[in-house]
Amino acid sequence: MRLLTHNMLSCNIKGVTNGFPLKLEADKWVTKEVDLNADFLRGIFPKIEWSALLAAARALGFAELPEQADASMLSSDDFLRRFHHALLELHVEEGALVCPETGRKFPINKGIPNMLLHEDEV
Amino acid sequence: MWYLCVFYHRLLDYRRPEVESLAQLFATEEINCETSSLVEWRLPENHHIDSPFHFVSLPSQHIARKIANRSLLVKGIYELWGQGTDYEELEKAIKEYPEDRKLPYLTEDSTFKIVVDSFGKVISSEEQNERIRGLTYIPFKGRVNLKKPDHKFWLMETDDYGSSNGLPPVVQKTIFFGREVGAANRSLLPTYQLKSRKYLGPTAMDAEMAFLMANQGHAGPGKLVYDPFVGTGSILVAAAHFGAMTMGADIDIRVVRDGQGPNCNVWTNFEQYNLPEPVGLLRADNNLPPWRPGLKEMFDAIICDPPYGVRAGGRKSGGRKLLKGAVGPYTVPDTKREGHIPSTAPYSLAECVHDLLDLSAKMLVMGGRLVYFYPVSREDGVMNSVKYPEHPCFKLISSCEQILSSRYSRHLLTMVKVGVYTKEMEEVAREKHREFKENHAKWLEEGNLHSAVFESNEGSKLDRDSKPKYRGKYV
Repeated sequence: MRLLTHNMLSCNIKGVTNGFPLKLEADKWVTKEVDLNADFLRGIFPKIEWSALLAAARALGFAELPEQADASMLSSDDFLRRFHHALLELHVEEGALVCPETGRKFPINKGIPNMLLHEDEV
Repeated sequence: MWYLCVFYHRLLDYRRPEVESLAQLFATEEINCETSSLVEWRLPENHHIDSPFHFVSLPSQHIARKIANRSLLVKGIYELWGQGTDYEELEKAIKEYPEDRKLPYLTEDSTFKIVVDSFGKVISSEEQNERIRGLTYIPFKGRVNLKKPDHKFWLMETDDYGSSNGLPPVVQKTIFFGREVGAANRSLLPTYQLKSRKYLGPTAMDAEMAFLMANQGHAGPGKLVYDPFVGTGSILVAAAHFGAMTMGADIDIRVVRDGQGPNCNVWTNFEQYNLPEPVGLLRADNNLPPWRPGLKEMFDAIICDPPYGVRAGGRKSGGRKLLKGAVGPYTVPDTKREGHIPSTAPYSLAECVHDLLDLSAKMLVMGGRLVYFYPVSREDGVMNSVKYPEHPCFKLISSCEQILSSRYSRHLLTMVKVGVYTKEMEEVAREKHREFKENHAKWLEEGNLHSAVFESNEGSKLDRDSKPKYRGKYV
């Protein structure tokens, strides 16, 4: 699971109001090289919740993202590379996503998070 | 500018929409223009709409070439130098065609090749050479190169392609002569054919159809394409081939996570073709998506084949017993929570399509495309005009029928997002979601396509001779 996906997910158990961002617990993660596409990064940047990305990247040991980010930084190649690396090249293979409100764990196995809710959470 | 467009004689309903979609894609990229009069069509005299020959008007030669080269169904787009009912007429027409349109392609330092093609008949190679020799009035100054010529010219003869292909007969013979501007790259098909795909499932999308869907969806570099019913990833493979970033979800964890082992799963399908793997794959329920509140306008295209219950039944979260309302929700004991596999319940077509439209309305960018298959019982299709799903955010661009059996066909629908997703729409969708939950059993009955397809059929209302035979051949 890459951090782009993590940035989109929340815990939607019935009644939960504060399910985002999910805390990232990674047992096994790798770096997988992905071709950088500046147009794609510039297009997706406005949709990203920066603080969630920052926290998740830190959980994986990548501390090179700026605390705050705004669109003007997208003209910098250096920023684009770091953004690209955090968003698309860090890949969690095993671990879990934890709901900040209920503590419910959504497992990640073989790179795929299981977001299906149990019968009583629906 | 007008061109001759010759199609392959298959998937007839899909041919013009493919050209129109690609025209829109390339015109937007180049001239940032989006007009409905981008593409115009005409038929040669006496030709039927299902004929392989069409005249098409496109914004420029550059765009015409890009369209043809990316398409799957265009045998060739040609700048027509002449046409006639016999070789004298053809010669006269070619001689009258403006010199400044011909000379640049006949220069000394260029290479060329002339192809003789025929429809509805066979021309022996002797006769072909004779035809070519008959063209000496055209001042070809370059050298012949049969393997990789700079310019390719086509001499196409058709008498009556009709009867052997099941089409209505054309009375008059027509001969066309044109310079090839572009042609489909069908060699993609043997490369990507399912026969050699590592990881397959029963509903994996046929390679040609997956490419057609990717073309309808405008998949390309810098775009993010989503498939909410990803399965083995066959549709995303086509999108990735055209350079798009891809993402997919499925409710069946075995298909998406496990596959058939570490060397045979969705990820390896992309590895097989040296394509970038999806940026995200997840197990999720389209009926209860895991997106954070406020997330919207993420995807450039949503391209999918929803489960409509004939070859694969759709599922959603909830568990049978809960939805029947008989028993309170099943609470998993804490000791069993880890590794618990939640039960799922059947997902009716109506609810599945409602959720897909709601998801797409919210998650597509403005101008983004939703491309999906919609099943139609042929009885209904013949008796009444089909009523496709609608949503205030979307405009229907095209529908292409593919007949699957005498009982039903699937229609590929292409919709474009033209309206913003509002809070009111979100409310309405939530209400509808509640209504589906409360009337669960009723929806399953009404939308039961499976029995319509597989039950024995006494007193079928469908008149088997109502449509021309070639369509019965599922072309």
